[in-house]
Amino acid sequence: MALSKDEVLVGLAEIVSEETDIDTAEVTLEKSFTDDLDIDSLSMMTIVTLAEEKFDVRIPDEKVKDLVTVGDAVDYIAAA
Amino acid sequence: MNVVVTGLGTTSPLGGDVASTWEAALAGRSGVRTLENDWAEQYGVPVTFAGQLVVPPSEVLSRPETKRMDPSAQMAIVAAREAWADAGTPEVDPERLGSVVSSGIGGVWTMLTAWDTVKERGASRVLPLTVPMLMPNSPTAYVSLEFKARAGSHSPVSACASGAEAIGMGFEMIQSGRADVVICGGTEAAIHPLPLSAFAAMQALSKRNDDPAGASRPYDVSRDGFVMGEGAGVLVLESEEHAKARGARVYASVLGLGMTADAHHIAAPEPNGAGQTRAMELALERAGLTTADVAHVNAHATSTPVGDMIEARGIRSLLGSHADQVLLSATKSMTGHLLGGAGALESVFTIKALETRTVPPTINVTEPDPELEVDLVRDTPRALPEGQIAAINNSFGFGGHNVALVFGV
Repeated sequence: MALSKDEVLVGLAEIVSEETDIDTAEVTLEKSFTDDLDIDSLSMMTIVTLAEEKFDVRIPDEKVKDLVTVGDAVDYIAAA
Repeated sequence: MNVVVTGLGTTSPLGGDVASTWEAALAGRSGVRTLENDWAEQYGVPVTFAGQLVVPPSEVLSRPETKRMDPSAQMAIVAAREAWADAGTPEVDPERLGSVVSSGIGGVWTMLTAWDTVKERGASRVLPLTVPMLMPNSPTAYVSLEFKARAGSHSPVSACASGAEAIGMGFEMIQSGRADVVICGGTEAAIHPLPLSAFAAMQALSKRNDDPAGASRPYDVSRDGFVMGEGAGVLVLESEEHAKARGARVYASVLGLGMTADAHHIAAPEPNGAGQTRAMELALERAGLTTADVAHVNAHATSTPVGDMIEARGIRSLLGSHADQVLLSATKSMTGHLLGGAGALESVFTIKALETRTVPPTINVTEPDPELEVDLVRDTPRALPEGQIAAINNSFGFGGHNVALVFGV
């Protein structure tokens, strides 16, 4: 059963918070991973790998560059 | 160029910092305990105890720090932060600051956990930070990053001599003019079923599962192998000129370094200990000292049937009858063997002994080896004489690596 966008956001915020110490409340849809959350490329790949496992989805490497904001990632995962 | 020690840091099986570790060492406490896991049942690991950290790094580091660093690097960072603060957070040009932090084994937890992931969940689940976490230069790289050490960052690897060799390299970086200040030491986090099984397969480990605290017993007639330990030790070394200019507190001077290789066997020490003795001799020579200046030796002494006495005979042959007045201590009796961290933690002990003129005891020696001809400090601390004195810290590693450091006050 597919997860709702709200459920994906909650789960994704938990992963981001674990990796970066950013409060889960700060991880909102409009935030940019690099510009707002200061997440470097290796951390981004870590978050993607953990999200793939958590949500049982496949996020191709070439797709990761399109996931600019948290909302982009939530949309992709919820639709996958 | 004179080199001095201005900062000390550790996290060890005796405590989460230098003060608690030193206090426990003087009290003769053992940091060796039964492991809280079922590796014996699950995999048949024959040894069920080790010298584990009192304060896990996860209690003092942030969550992301513990996720980005292998435990070996985490321990190094904990010890380096303490040492740096202890040195009074020196102001130094980054291009004149070096880091030399070694590990004997490297990120073994990261490597083997990642391999479990590949086998159980597939290659796509391997985390992108795996390589920077498992590489053996990771601890020195993180230290360099944190303190902006740009004069050079190194991690000489020589098994159980790695930590001492790192301090030796730090000493030489300053002596050769490459740096004014160097953060140096060693770290190890290898209490994992594979290294335990592998060292046990060499018959190197004590099998006293029923008496963990009594298992590490250097020089005792019933010693039966070393006890695995974990942790890190870090020193801040500084040119005397730089330390004086900023009014730094100085613990001791690094006076000499002797490094030799046995070229005898991949794991066994040369039976007559010639390489080990020559390392001590070279270190004293470089320090411009004679054997009469030596008041204390912190021995490598890991509690193995053969190794302990090869070193002890070497000390006796080098010091002659003066060995009767040299206070010998084997602190691995309390901490276990920190492998790549050993030479660094034991340098911390050696320097504290000189600073406080108090030598920590060797515990668990109920019946000393009858061939031991050096004055062994047993059970309770003993006082060092006043005046100018020097101490030797020995470290030897599989592969025939011999490192002797000489400190003085």
